[in-house]
Amino acid sequence: MELINQHTKRIMEGCKERARAAGLSFTDESLEYVVTNRDLLELTPKVMIPTLYDYWVHDVEVLREKGKYELYPHNPYETVINTRPPISFYNDNNPDWLNVMIFYHVLAHIDFFQNNLYFRNTWDYDFTGQALSDKRVIAKLRAEKGRWVDYVIEFARGIDNLVDFHGELAGLFIPPETVCSSRLDYYFDVFLQSEKKVSVSEYIKEVNRYNDCSKSSGEQGEKAFFTEAEQRYPELEAHFTRSGEAQPVRKRDLLGFLLDNSDFLARDENIWMRSILEIVRKTSIFFQPQIRTKILNEGWASYWHERLFLQDDRIRGHEVDFARVHAGVTSMPRVGINPYALGMRLFSHVEEQADKGHLSLEFQRIMDSDLRKKYDTGTATGHDFIFSLRENLSDYLFLKNHLDQDFMDRHKLFVAGKRLDQQRMVWQYYVKSRKAHDYQQMMLDSLYHPPVITVDQTKGIEGSLYLNHTFEGKQLVQEYIANTLMGIEYLWGSPVHLETSEAEMAASPLPQSDQEIPRDEEITWQRVVYAMNEKVLSKKKL
Amino acid sequence: MRIDLLAYIEELKARGLDHEQEARIRAELATASDGHPLPPLDLPQDTWLNDFSRSIYAYGDQLMLRQAVTPRLSSAALAKSLDDLLERDKQREEDGFPRKIKVGKLVKPGRGRAGKVVVVPTTVEEKLFHDPTIHPPGEGGTSGGTGDGEEGEVIGEQPVRDEGESSGSGPGQGNGENHEMESSAYDLGKTLAEKFQLPNLKDKGKKRSFTRYTHDLTDKNRGFGQVLDKKATLRKIVETNITLGNIPEISDIDPTRFLIAPRDKVYRVLSREKDYEPQAMLFFLRDYSGSMAGKVTDLIVSQHVLIYSWLLYQYGGQAETRFILHDTEAREVPDFYTYYNSRVAGGTQVSSAYRLVNEIVEKENLARDYNIYVFHGTDGDDWDAGGQNAIPELEKILKFVSRMGVTIAEHGQGESGSTEVARYLRGSGLLKDKAELLRMDIMAEDADEPRLIEGIKKLIS
Repeated sequence: MELINQHTKRIMEGCKERARAAGLSFTDESLEYVVTNRDLLELTPKVMIPTLYDYWVHDVEVLREKGKYELYPHNPYETVINTRPPISFYNDNNPDWLNVMIFYHVLAHIDFFQNNLYFRNTWDYDFTGQALSDKRVIAKLRAEKGRWVDYVIEFARGIDNLVDFHGELAGLFIPPETVCSSRLDYYFDVFLQSEKKVSVSEYIKEVNRYNDCSKSSGEQGEKAFFTEAEQRYPELEAHFTRSGEAQPVRKRDLLGFLLDNSDFLARDENIWMRSILEIVRKTSIFFQPQIRTKILNEGWASYWHERLFLQDDRIRGHEVDFARVHAGVTSMPRVGINPYALGMRLFSHVEEQADKGHLSLEFQRIMDSDLRKKYDTGTATGHDFIFSLRENLSDYLFLKNHLDQDFMDRHKLFVAGKRLDQQRMVWQYYVKSRKAHDYQQMMLDSLYHPPVITVDQTKGIEGSLYLNHTFEGKQLVQEYIANTLMGIEYLWGSPVHLETSEAEMAASPLPQSDQEIPRDEEITWQRVVYAMNEKVLSKKKL
Repeated sequence: MRIDLLAYIEELKARGLDHEQEARIRAELATASDGHPLPPLDLPQDTWLNDFSRSIYAYGDQLMLRQAVTPRLSSAALAKSLDDLLERDKQREEDGFPRKIKVGKLVKPGRGRAGKVVVVPTTVEEKLFHDPTIHPPGEGGTSGGTGDGEEGEVIGEQPVRDEGESSGSGPGQGNGENHEMESSAYDLGKTLAEKFQLPNLKDKGKKRSFTRYTHDLTDKNRGFGQVLDKKATLRKIVETNITLGNIPEISDIDPTRFLIAPRDKVYRVLSREKDYEPQAMLFFLRDYSGSMAGKVTDLIVSQHVLIYSWLLYQYGGQAETRFILHDTEAREVPDFYTYYNSRVAGGTQVSSAYRLVNEIVEKENLARDYNIYVFHGTDGDDWDAGGQNAIPELEKILKFVSRMGVTIAEHGQGESGSTEVARYLRGSGLLKDKAELLRMDIMAEDADEPRLIEGIKKLIS
């Protein structure tokens, strides 16, 4: 890998100026490298992070068909990575005009990385630097522990999708004014609710009393409040002290939970495994925002590369070349979902809506389609509005909030279905629905969504770990359960249980190739518990 | 023909047939009229439909912005890592963890590129995640779409792949993003021969030689070439100089005064040389009766792909192959594609295939010119109880064959090794008497690739 030449770098700097002028914001420095196909071959298994730790699975073709990439919360073919400074990768034989387009695309990505709040956890450090030191740690451990390092990496990676990314984020966004004393937190969140189990009206009475106290006594209000509370509950202070000793439990973060609570990992001879778990967890958390903003991020980048390219005075004469490449990237497929195309159109659509004042209650209440079409308040706030989208939303919210029927109709979108024609033994693809709600649902279903698996500390018997899968209408991939649980058992050091739901297909009656049959009735769900004990998996129904 | 079969069953019944056998035979017979169609061609029909199941996460900048093509590992790099990987996998087992590497992901040979198979070490990183493939039966999921069409309107069709003959490891999967690397059958054979140390087939006397070419530095050429032939060159130079009168005194030659013409330089050049090698003829026999539906067929054809590829490598494409399919009647098919893909149906007469082999060998007088190898794959079912017809034919084959390997992929039910074919082969005593010529390998329906390779070793060691 080598840096792009000065000529190309100058073009990049020109793109930066123009992008800044259009409102994008990003750090000054960036690194651009020329990569060959050979480099790509080495980079893609490492998610384009050149310094990521080595792991033998990277040398093997990984079967991705089953999970359709869901296992891998990242895109291996990224052009720019979210580091400090951001690093992007290029062909060495791109013509200048194409580089200009790609540069704008890249700059919009960088703007997104550095402004979207889901990336907040990645803002304060350089991931390549960290990854390099992690890589060295792992290499050193490998020299000492040999293949066992790879087993631990494997087991840790087996649960690296269960890291509670949102919990991690939530911690970063507590506004300072809402911070109150841990005593107060304990009293209202734990003591009253879990210990005393007071009624709602009593609880509210206490909240009011607290508010009165702080209003009348100001700084001293909390003290006054607790004087009275302690009279009523003399045991409060003792309970509070005891609660302070117990660590907060990371229930939704299985990797974190194992780090905090596994006796096996706490043993002297196993303490080295914890650094590996930390590394795997950090790496996973780093990639989480990216996979949750795929449509938004690609849409944003496509929107800007189109806009900025067409305004750029340096590449006059290449409009047709551009149009061809651009159409290849952003045309809507007849079936399937292209995140670039969808995201870009949705940004333009929302911008226009905001410009015309369509995002108001007043507009929502108009039923007359003719009036709706003509409605235009001329507010012209679209530009600011899409910037607020890029700052605050993820794919889920973007689709949930802004994919509406107008958008569907405008771009002739539909939900495509696939069904079996038994007579002719063909799969038929058909227009299943043109309703915005159905399309939205289909899209939301296809988004990355790791299962919610929480540790239930009340149910583990004799040191075993009890995991509870919150059922959301989808079962877990069954053939992966055994090996994953085996890994967890290894890291936990005792048996592991997993409670989950499984589909029981109605065996016999084949559907009569109509789509009329209500689909849900054919699947019944059964709650089951898997147990992994000494590498042997067993299952029983609940 | 069906009537014949019915009559035949009656005949069998008269000879004594238990209920279970009869039920099995009748079940097979019911499929007899289905024929053996080939699956529809895997042409890139309506490739746009492949986007249907493409995840949004399968899109990436490098590919979308035309900066890169999907990178593929070269088979050379692969073969290098394969060693380590298999070693590692073995170590895993010793450490008490299940194996993780799968070798030999195979793709159906397509028409016109009959030898195209794929070997890839693959693995899966198991995690707990939602299974997107759970649909009610007959439904295939949903995706997005753009364009015209009323609700309910069909916008495209794609043939269902024949589930009976291709399992999950199967052909043509992974639409859109083609992640397997393709290496030729030759490469697969190379991998097999080198990595799994399959024992070589024995040369059974050089009966007659067939030509094949090797390249060697034998031809001479004046003026240019690969290696200078010094002696010949010197001789030429002397000749020239004598003609020129440049050597007045034979007893006093001063080489520094030689005039050297470019044409005097004699070189060796690479040339094609005939090489003599023993010739092999391979018969692949496959039972494609109704009972072969599902995994067993997959196993048999997979094993035959492996053998076929390996032989292509070992004999540099010089081994000739014949393909024979049989139910109650046998027929020879022209290429591996048809052999691989023909659908199962009908009843079972193993003897029919053996007879056809004998007929071909006799008619074409192959026994004189070739080392003959016969590989037969079956699920062990045979209507011909006791092998009354099959054994005599088999004995005939054993007279000329260099090695015959019978693979029996058993269905789950019943005791292992209790299938009809296994029983009469054992009963005949041929397995013991002619152990050098006849081998049998019995595997369960759920055998994996390493087991298949194990099986090949057994058949040809």
